[in-house]
Amino acid sequence: MTPAGASLLDRLAAIEGKGLAAIGEAADSAALESARVEYLGRNGQLADIMSLIGTVEPRARRDVGQRANAVKTVLRDALEARAGSLESATAGPRARIDLTLPARGRWVGGVHPVTRVIDEICEIFAELGFTSVLGPEIESTWYNFTALNIPLDHPAADMMDTFYLEKDVVLRTHTSPVQARVMEAFRPPVRVVVPGLAYRRDSFDPSHAPAFEQIEGLAVDEGVDFVEFRAAIEHFVHHFFGPGTKSRFRPSFYPFTEPSAEVDVSCTVCAGGSCSTCKRTGWITIMGSGMVDPAVFEAVGYDSERYTGYAFGMGPARIAMVRHGIPDMRLLYEGEMSFLQQFA
Amino acid sequence: MNISFNWIDELAGLRGELRDPRVLAERVTMTAAAVEKIETVGAGLDGIVVSRVLETRPHPNADRLTLCKVDRGAGEALDVVCGAPVIATGGFYPHVAPGGELPGGFRIESRKIRGESSHGMLCSEAELELGRDKGGILRLADGLEPGTPLAAALGLPDTRLALDLNPNRVDLACHLGVAREVGGPPAPRDFGVPAWSAEWRDGESEVSGAGVTVRIEDLGRCSRYMAAVIRGVRVGPSPPWLAGRLLAVGARPISNVVDATNYVLHECNQPLHAFDLARLSGAEIRVRPAEAGEPLTTLDGQEHKLTRGQTVIADRDRAIALAGVMGGLDTEVTEDTVDLLIECASFDPAGVRRTRTGAGLSTDASYRFERGIDVHAQERALARCVELILATAGGEADVVGIRVGPAPTPVPPIDVRVSRVNQVLGFGLDGAAVRAALEPIGFETLSVPDGGDGASGAGDLLRVSVPGWRTDVAREIDLVEEVARRVGYDAAAGQDRRFRPSAVPADPRVEKAARVRELLTGRGLLEARSLSFMPEDYRGNRAVVSVPNPLSAEESCLRSAMVPVLLRRLEHNYARGNRNVRLFELGTVFGYAAGPGRKEDAAGIDRFEESGRVGAVVAGARRPDHWSGPGLDFDLWDLKEIAGSFADRLCGATLEPRDGAGAAAAEGRGASLAGPWLSRGGFRAVKDGRTVGVAGAVDGASVDAPPWAAPAFALEFDLAAVEGRPVPAYRKTSPFPAVRRDLSMTVPRGVPAADIERAAREATSDLLRDVRLFDVYSGEEIEGGRLGLAWTFRFRAPDRTLTDQDVEAEMSALSIALEKRFGARIRRS
Repeated sequence: MTPAGASLLDRLAAIEGKGLAAIGEAADSAALESARVEYLGRNGQLADIMSLIGTVEPRARRDVGQRANAVKTVLRDALEARAGSLESATAGPRARIDLTLPARGRWVGGVHPVTRVIDEICEIFAELGFTSVLGPEIESTWYNFTALNIPLDHPAADMMDTFYLEKDVVLRTHTSPVQARVMEAFRPPVRVVVPGLAYRRDSFDPSHAPAFEQIEGLAVDEGVDFVEFRAAIEHFVHHFFGPGTKSRFRPSFYPFTEPSAEVDVSCTVCAGGSCSTCKRTGWITIMGSGMVDPAVFEAVGYDSERYTGYAFGMGPARIAMVRHGIPDMRLLYEGEMSFLQQFA
Repeated sequence: MNISFNWIDELAGLRGELRDPRVLAERVTMTAAAVEKIETVGAGLDGIVVSRVLETRPHPNADRLTLCKVDRGAGEALDVVCGAPVIATGGFYPHVAPGGELPGGFRIESRKIRGESSHGMLCSEAELELGRDKGGILRLADGLEPGTPLAAALGLPDTRLALDLNPNRVDLACHLGVAREVGGPPAPRDFGVPAWSAEWRDGESEVSGAGVTVRIEDLGRCSRYMAAVIRGVRVGPSPPWLAGRLLAVGARPISNVVDATNYVLHECNQPLHAFDLARLSGAEIRVRPAEAGEPLTTLDGQEHKLTRGQTVIADRDRAIALAGVMGGLDTEVTEDTVDLLIECASFDPAGVRRTRTGAGLSTDASYRFERGIDVHAQERALARCVELILATAGGEADVVGIRVGPAPTPVPPIDVRVSRVNQVLGFGLDGAAVRAALEPIGFETLSVPDGGDGASGAGDLLRVSVPGWRTDVAREIDLVEEVARRVGYDAAAGQDRRFRPSAVPADPRVEKAARVRELLTGRGLLEARSLSFMPEDYRGNRAVVSVPNPLSAEESCLRSAMVPVLLRRLEHNYARGNRNVRLFELGTVFGYAAGPGRKEDAAGIDRFEESGRVGAVVAGARRPDHWSGPGLDFDLWDLKEIAGSFADRLCGATLEPRDGAGAAAAEGRGASLAGPWLSRGGFRAVKDGRTVGVAGAVDGASVDAPPWAAPAFALEFDLAAVEGRPVPAYRKTSPFPAVRRDLSMTVPRGVPAADIERAAREATSDLLRDVRLFDVYSGEEIEGGRLGLAWTFRFRAPDRTLTDQDVEAEMSALSIALEKRFGARIRRS
């Protein structure tokens, strides 16, 4: 070790000894503060040593540095301990903090329960190769109805149920028009989920809203059949509702799917048909679905003999209601803090 | 749609486990239509028997009560006081004896009513829980044996299945339809009268016969009108088996004639109507458009003023029925009716829809016409109705049957490929399996056109006939669905397939929204979701796009900005006593593509513009209350942090004061980010010269706030400005210590702190790593017109420990620059 290094080590030992003594002898906080400035201050003794470390031969630099840091820690601890004892001495005999007092809180933010449902659905379908896409809320009657094999004189296209902005312009009544948009823009394999708002002229009541979230799914490729459709939906059901959840497919009707199926899952609340969530049937309907109708493929210019596919639609708000036991859909849209905070 | 279990059993001869109504319901749900509800009809009727009223006289002490002597088949006649308006002497009614109970559990005892003894009670449908009719006592057909248990007479108890039909399966709205799905070919009840073999008289648009004339004036509205005439009927209560069937499906027994039409409707789906022939002026039936303003009172007593779009049945002089919807009151069958004209027609679905919506009605008949009836089975349906009336009301049917309109064209057969069935379903079926699925429900394999043997599965192509009641089946894919349904959707369970991932790229907006949520929830905000509607003018926020058919004035427009919508949520929280509110929402705002005005040359959806936005509002405590001391409320600087982080971290934008130069120009586009709800001042986020976000204090006039509310702050950003998540490049961190220098100065008021910081950075080298303002002060020790600012500067080198000389050189350059540029006076300590 070079003389410079050795001498610095000696000086550090001296600083440690004298510093500890000064701290121990400090009778009040002013004395303690001046000891701190003397030894640990920005221009104190320890800082001096630190500034000289650069002059030490590289091989010894490490030892000196480590030693300096050790001294610093020792002095700092002693300072803290002394400060504590001075304080408790002035505060009287053993004034201890009540550790059962509440912590200092912070606001916890969070996403909406319906968003959470949408995100989870998208994530589960992502495992099956689905990408998430979006579409416009103001939609033409062509995409909203005609391309989906819904004639404009069909009851579903009725003024009673649809918000028309103009003769051929509506607020989309479902997210399904994005099916047609995606197929027009891309060739198979198509696997997409489409979250978004849809609009219907339903009055705002415990189970309806005139604007509501929907999530659409579409898979089109060669060789996509009902068997794959069912397997994909079962994968989703097991991952979203839990591995023990049963699902069943039963006949349904949509103009843009055939065969069409309604998908029920075993009631997650009562597991036996005894609660109001499942209307005592033991089953909760979670989606409308089916094999894409060839007429839809023809409308978007796909070869319906070559490609087959399946499509489905779900209401995340309803699923959130079932999941959390929320009795009234309107609660979801009130933006009340104490409601939203529960799901954060 | 209500279906009687007993009726299905009678038609289908249910066997095995299907004899359990719950099993049957499950089968129907899984293969045809969801059974929503299963309920028992006619339970608890044990003590109730058929009784005969021997004599009646008015109650001496009460106007509305009648004293009856009732024979309930058990010895002496009983005195019963009855409150119903009409009780026929000699009529048959249900009676519950003293000590007996009504189905609801109500116990009946002998008692005095206004001084007269009453032993038991004559019951209405409602009291027996068989229907809703409370008005009168349930009149039973004459000739029953007093004392017969009521339930047995009515064929009760029964189980009622409420079906939620899919719109394409109207054939399941009748018992024959459901019976086909669960059994073999159904066998309808034998009414015990000779078949009515009509001599049909046909005509394109008009036929006279059987003493009447029938004319269709618009074949587009009514493609076929058949009629039968029956003379000399005795209108009265239906036999109990018929009344029981109707009660079981929730229909109200009215009279033998009307009940017969309803029975046939529920049996085979054909709506029928019986007119009192004597009341048809000119003995004439005309199917024609209603005249504008033409009056008609329907059976339910409603008076209508009709329009040209509606279709009526008229006689020579006036409208007598709403075509396909409901009969008229004037020509209704009553107790006095002797001669009948029975209508069996086929009305255009869209026309029936217009007719019924115009009248505000929806009936069993209109439901079926709108969805399509079996036009090939109309003769059979009319004959069933005639035979049932003859069996229950007597009379004589005219042998001439009337048929106006062209005969229905045969249903074309459909070719179905077994390979196509398997392509869509993946069930691996052969031709025999496909046939086995289709044939029990009325589809027949006519031939195997490609010469193969369909029965053994060798041929791919099957030519299949479609039964008339399946108006929904017209394409090969429709048959594929039939096969899937009949084989069972469960055939596909438990198998996996390989798949290719999507070729469609993910929409970047999804990830952007996730980044926004992460940033704002990390700052303690909660995500709200609200409807996209707003009133036309909400607190100075004028909506741009209005909804022509809104639900209410409150929802008459689409929102043009997020913050006003969030301010309503703020008010909602105030109303609930919540002072601390931190909300954000991601959503769409709506406008016109070419600014606030209408762009006339753009068409359809291109005229509209929708854009993604995020809005946020905060008010109240910055942190939850704590016992250690009073907390602070959110202020402008908290908002600046949120908006600044948003601008910087998510958009790559710069936050600057909003009232700066060029603000108006930068904000003037499309649906605006800012509006009168933000106070003057505040911030805007600028990116590439464009305003992409605004933030500031909420204008007091924009919120209805209680006195205890704290100031509110809001921001709104354009989601399009949010960038994808950048991939940060690593920058080496320095292992050498930083040197800190504090500097106090006074500057003339009005010099922006940001300018000072920028100048300090410009005046120094890249050794300056951090600039922080830690105090702003004014007061006595500061000369007038000046402001004190205290800064901390941190210097650090990547490769060495800085010396005092290094730092002093930097500080001196910095001080000189600030003195020169802003007239700063450095305070030396």
